[in-house]
Amino acid sequence: MSAILEATDRLLAGPSPAAGSESLAAHNVRLGPMPRVGADLIGTLERSGLLGRGGAGFPVGSKWRSVAERRSGPAVVVANGAEGEPHSSKDRKLMAARPHLVVDGALLAADAVGADELIVYVGADHRAAVAAMGRAIAERASTARVPIRLVEAPVAYISGESSAVVNFINTDDARPTAGPHPRDRGVSGRATLVQNVESLAHAALIARHGEDWYRSAGRGPTSGTALVTISGAIAIPGVYEIDYGTTLGEIVAGAGGATSDIQAVLLGGYFGGWAAVDDLRDLSLDPAMLADRGLSFGCGVIGLLPVERCGVWATSKILDYMAGESARQCGPCIFGLGAIAETTRRVAAGSAAPGDMDNLARWSRQIVGRGACHHPDGAAGLLQGALSVFASEFDLHQQDRRCSRPAATAQGVR
Amino acid sequence: MESLLWYATRGAGMASLILFTAVGCLGMLTVGRWQRPGWPRFLTAEFHSNLALLSVVFLAIHILIAALDPYTSLGLGSALIPFSSPYRQFWLGLGGVSMYLIAAIIVTSLLRSRMGRRTWRAVHWSSYAAWPLAIMHSIGTGTDGGTAWGLLLVGGCVLAVVACLTWRIAATRVARARIDAALPARRVVS
Amino acid sequence: MGERLAIDRIRCDGYGMCAEMFPEGIELDDWGYPILRDGIIPDGLLPLARRAIEVCPVLALRLVNAPARPQSTSPVRPRPVESAPRS
Repeated sequence: MSAILEATDRLLAGPSPAAGSESLAAHNVRLGPMPRVGADLIGTLERSGLLGRGGAGFPVGSKWRSVAERRSGPAVVVANGAEGEPHSSKDRKLMAARPHLVVDGALLAADAVGADELIVYVGADHRAAVAAMGRAIAERASTARVPIRLVEAPVAYISGESSAVVNFINTDDARPTAGPHPRDRGVSGRATLVQNVESLAHAALIARHGEDWYRSAGRGPTSGTALVTISGAIAIPGVYEIDYGTTLGEIVAGAGGATSDIQAVLLGGYFGGWAAVDDLRDLSLDPAMLADRGLSFGCGVIGLLPVERCGVWATSKILDYMAGESARQCGPCIFGLGAIAETTRRVAAGSAAPGDMDNLARWSRQIVGRGACHHPDGAAGLLQGALSVFASEFDLHQQDRRCSRPAATAQGVR
Repeated sequence: MESLLWYATRGAGMASLILFTAVGCLGMLTVGRWQRPGWPRFLTAEFHSNLALLSVVFLAIHILIAALDPYTSLGLGSALIPFSSPYRQFWLGLGGVSMYLIAAIIVTSLLRSRMGRRTWRAVHWSSYAAWPLAIMHSIGTGTDGGTAWGLLLVGGCVLAVVACLTWRIAATRVARARIDAALPARRVVS
Repeated sequence: MGERLAIDRIRCDGYGMCAEMFPEGIELDDWGYPILRDGIIPDGLLPLARRAIEVCPVLALRLVNAPARPQSTSPVRPRPVESAPRS
């Protein structure tokens, strides 16, 4: 990736990802053989403060501990590389470049929680990742203590949601369920740990180097490094590894600079939200510091919205996408999110009806927590942030029924 | 020479058929979400359950009197073992099958919270078999089948069920269309 | 400690009869789907809650034990609820 960005290379240390996936031999030479740590790794992870990288940021050690303690009989580990968030590509790039690091982490997890089966769950369309993980699994099959298999999942926004992952593995239906939590009853009815592939890769390094080593990176309250995907009005879009606490300005510079003046940033993906940007240096990409400002690090998506585009249209397109991606199982998501998307589209197009803005505010409050999964919550959060960040633009669209940007550029290509 | 008991049997049978027809119609109206402003929808559902229990009472009277009436000499065996009676074996047997299906539906509904939802649904759906069996049983065994009022009653029941079933199928289509209209189609994101 | 209502959102088909039975604890949104009131159900209202559970054609409702302060099941996102811009 970029040499300009001052970062502690950890996951992406080693040969350039452009050279393809690191072989098992090279992996073992560079990092040494995978250590045998067992359940002790759980305590190490808890002390390291490693947070999950799937978007929710849940502490990884606690998650492993709850599966290890609650299970009766052997558990199952699923390495979740579904990556349904459209602007995120870090998981598939990681799997394509460092498949053995991911497999290490997954095997260590299986050992730690007492699993006798390991499943690697990858989006079927992500061919490079599928190929790399497939080869890696074949290379490890003879020495791994548990059987490993690859499951190719349909690529959809919610296909990475834990209950959807388990449901697809069990029944070929990639929709979330309302039943017991995977950690209690998951794959084949057994306690299941569903863990993001980047989290597993970090765990694999922590198993080798320890919690103090992990905590030595990071500039602010949150320790460690993370993969981010930067897209939008940026010169060199792609996946970068950063220390937590790096400012947005540094990341943008490290990615070749913005191609235009930036009015807002989409942080954390569609499940995150918009952040108004007056000064790029102001925004410190540390999950705790972002949370204090009501923002979310999420899955590390950084989408730069240039001033030429209209924030209302950008929000409308995202909401249309999220409404389309609904699993169509729960009324509040089907009708509530559907109405939100349709109304926002009307407002964007300059055909706002009286009461539309009040409806948007009411509906986005109403749908939160009323679906079987958190899909409607994400959309509601995105809209609420947009109403704040693009307040004046929404006013213009709703009251004057016009857009401040020329039509073609307002909507943009993405 | 027809006895009072024979009249009672046929009367209870007819009453039971009409009541079960109403139960079936109310069931279809409940699941199809029939509504009118000011009408509490839970009443449709509760009428459905309560009438079902009442129908069972009339069905029990019908079966017991028919079985125990010395004039018919059917005996309880004919009731409990379908297709075992010498009198109109086939048409009576249909009633026996219908009786068992209804018994299963009632019992599973009383114990609904203790069983798997899919089991309960599968048994409940057999009502779509139990009712036509009852109709055929009443036409085939009932000595009133030839009379005008007998035909009218059965005809009325059939009309009611056909009307509700038609409405119910249309309501399902409308509900599905509502869902499709609420959301944009999935777009494939490259 | 007490009991509160929990709902299976996938089973729920928006019949809305639960809200008719137990309006103190359940109201319907713009599309007829139930919004459950937070918190423990007062003892006097438990019979109504039970009737709401029984009347549901798809058995989407059930009673669960609740701690004194129910925990949020939404993801932890301390985003303040934004109201609509002045319009």
